[in-house]
Amino acid sequence: MSAQPLTPQTPAGRSPGGEPLMQVRNLVKHFPITRGIVIQRKVGAVQAVDGVSFDVNRGETLGIVGETGCGKSTTARVMMRLLEATSGEVLFEGQDITHLKGARLKAIRRDMQMIFQDPYSSLNPRKTVGSIIGQPFAIHGLEKGKGERKRAVQELMETVGLNPEHYNRYPHEFSGGQRQRIGVARALALKPKLLIADEPVSALDVSIQAQVLNLLRDMQRQLGLTLVFIAHDLSVVRHMCDRVAVMYLGRIVEIGPGEALYDFPRHPYTGALLSAVPVADPSARKDERTLLSGDVPSPANPPSACRFHTRCPKAQELCSVEDPPLEDKGTGTRAACHFPLSREEVAEIGVRSSR
Amino acid sequence: MNAAEPLLRVEDLHVEFPTEDGVVHAVDGISYEVARGRTLGIVGESGSGKTVSSLTTLGLTRTQGAHISGRIMFEGRDLVALGEDELRGVRGNDIAMVFQDPLSSLHPFFKVGAQLIEAIRVHQDMNKAKARERAVELLGLVGIPDPSRRVEEFPHEFSGGMRQRAMIAMALANEPKLLIADEPTTALDVTVQAQILALMERLQRELGMAIVIITHDLGVVAEMADDIAVMYAGRIVETASAELLFSSPEHPYTWGLLKSIPMLAGSRDEELVPIPGTPPSLINRPSGCHFHPRCPYAQPDHARIDPQLRGVPDHPAHQAACLLEVDVRRRLWAELRAGRLPEQARETVGLPEPVLEQPEAHA
Repeated sequence: MSAQPLTPQTPAGRSPGGEPLMQVRNLVKHFPITRGIVIQRKVGAVQAVDGVSFDVNRGETLGIVGETGCGKSTTARVMMRLLEATSGEVLFEGQDITHLKGARLKAIRRDMQMIFQDPYSSLNPRKTVGSIIGQPFAIHGLEKGKGERKRAVQELMETVGLNPEHYNRYPHEFSGGQRQRIGVARALALKPKLLIADEPVSALDVSIQAQVLNLLRDMQRQLGLTLVFIAHDLSVVRHMCDRVAVMYLGRIVEIGPGEALYDFPRHPYTGALLSAVPVADPSARKDERTLLSGDVPSPANPPSACRFHTRCPKAQELCSVEDPPLEDKGTGTRAACHFPLSREEVAEIGVRSSR
Repeated sequence: MNAAEPLLRVEDLHVEFPTEDGVVHAVDGISYEVARGRTLGIVGESGSGKTVSSLTTLGLTRTQGAHISGRIMFEGRDLVALGEDELRGVRGNDIAMVFQDPLSSLHPFFKVGAQLIEAIRVHQDMNKAKARERAVELLGLVGIPDPSRRVEEFPHEFSGGMRQRAMIAMALANEPKLLIADEPTTALDVTVQAQILALMERLQRELGMAIVIITHDLGVVAEMADDIAVMYAGRIVETASAELLFSSPEHPYTWGLLKSIPMLAGSRDEELVPIPGTPPSLINRPSGCHFHPRCPYAQPDHARIDPQLRGVPDHPAHQAACLLEVDVRRRLWAELRAGRLPEQARETVGLPEPVLEQPEAHA
């Protein structure tokens, strides 16, 4: 599996990738389902992430999209070592961090930080903004005296567009968008190499979303960050990301450069997602759209072989017998599908990002 | 009844909540109409008053000590003046509502069927067996597979999309003339959202009901609505047909909304232009035009004069509450549409810089 180079039309200011910062190999995370109170027998497992492999290249933004329960947040948490992998490996700068412990794990943690979805529950309400943003310095023993720490925090506040004079205020005195800026400042405090943002704008109002998205883009350009951007909003992901991975029931079903994936999705699930996005343009309104029927099956008991075959309009017998590999389909993306979409089918289902 | 009379006509509706900190002006003099079989989309951010205005239509803000004035005419009757008993006959019968969160709107202790049967029997004289048949029929209508078995299940056994379908089934139980849907798909995934929107469109075609859909998602209104009202700080700041609102919006707040969302089909290099600042407090609202502290085109007298909704030349039904001259607005939008930033557009059009303080905390 090789890292895919970015397409040439990528705007300047993003370093062309090629060298992976993080490599994820056959990552599996199962949560056991147990029965019994004292003696807990394992009766099954929620297969949240089931054999996921991808690279995150230095300086790029990788988007992970998918619906509730597809395993995108679990993947991020295992990458950050907030959850232990069931099997598989996560390599950071070539080093396997899956089983690191103690001081060596702490050292790695400086280089990867996370921004959470909910700006209300991810900030301690009893602490001032100054101490929330300054906490990483204390944890990693980088305190250089009170005055210097305050200066460093205020500099960060200014970078993310907060008023440095609000150093002594509490989180409840800030609006949702400003709180998310506090989260960004905290994540940037230690100058990480990798930033994982898990649904960073989905709790925010429309007009505020753009403020935070622009901030993340600016920070990435200024600091040369590598960003993993997790979201369910396909328009936002398209705007933010160089490469995009689409997940369904714990697997990656398609991955590739954003331009290729949005223009010519090959996996029927990617096509269905793009077709379902409502577009803010009444003249593009369609009378009938292709709808996926039914709901996402339970990850505790996923369908055999291709997990999408129960809802797939193109499914045939083979799909329930043989698991399709994630392979290059010759149009820029890699897709896990026996019968990938053709140009005509993409036009037919009304993928509105397609030319 | 007069055939030209709209199904619902809201006139100068005010809703105020007295609190310890002061009076919250949640809805501040809004008027709109919904004709039979049509769809009105109300767009706005949190705290813009869009939910309070529709709750008031159903009399659901009465118990909260709200001061309500104005008229809500529904089929010739003023719902604001109606007594609680009479209103109960309208609510859930002629007008039904679907809420945002389907899990907290269904009672977890009772079977879905029992809740549907109750909704039916409150308004119709029907025995239990008949009502149960009707409940099964309704679940089938909204596309729940195997409805005769599902009717015996509890809400936790339903997925998010199915719960929202069950809520819609309950809303449709008495074939309402008007369905108010408050963020009906916000808690749902995009493929399920598409299913629910398609379901609402199909039911509207089949049953001929009018829909008021309240949302913050411009994509959803563009798909669903015939007419759109944009709300800001308790007021309607712009109202037009869906086509006009998206092709030639007149209010700087509407421009701000349109420029701050990434387009699925747009160019990736186009920068998002956020609206600076945050929505105002509804207790201490800004003077003059409520939007002026966040407006990149505000002029000194905009902090004094309170703009009224005025029709736009050529399209009297397209109204905007903005103090800028119509031709200035059109030139500004032409610039913005071509990808110019607000400051550039303002310079090209020759508008002086806003002398007002820009809200803090923005890079």
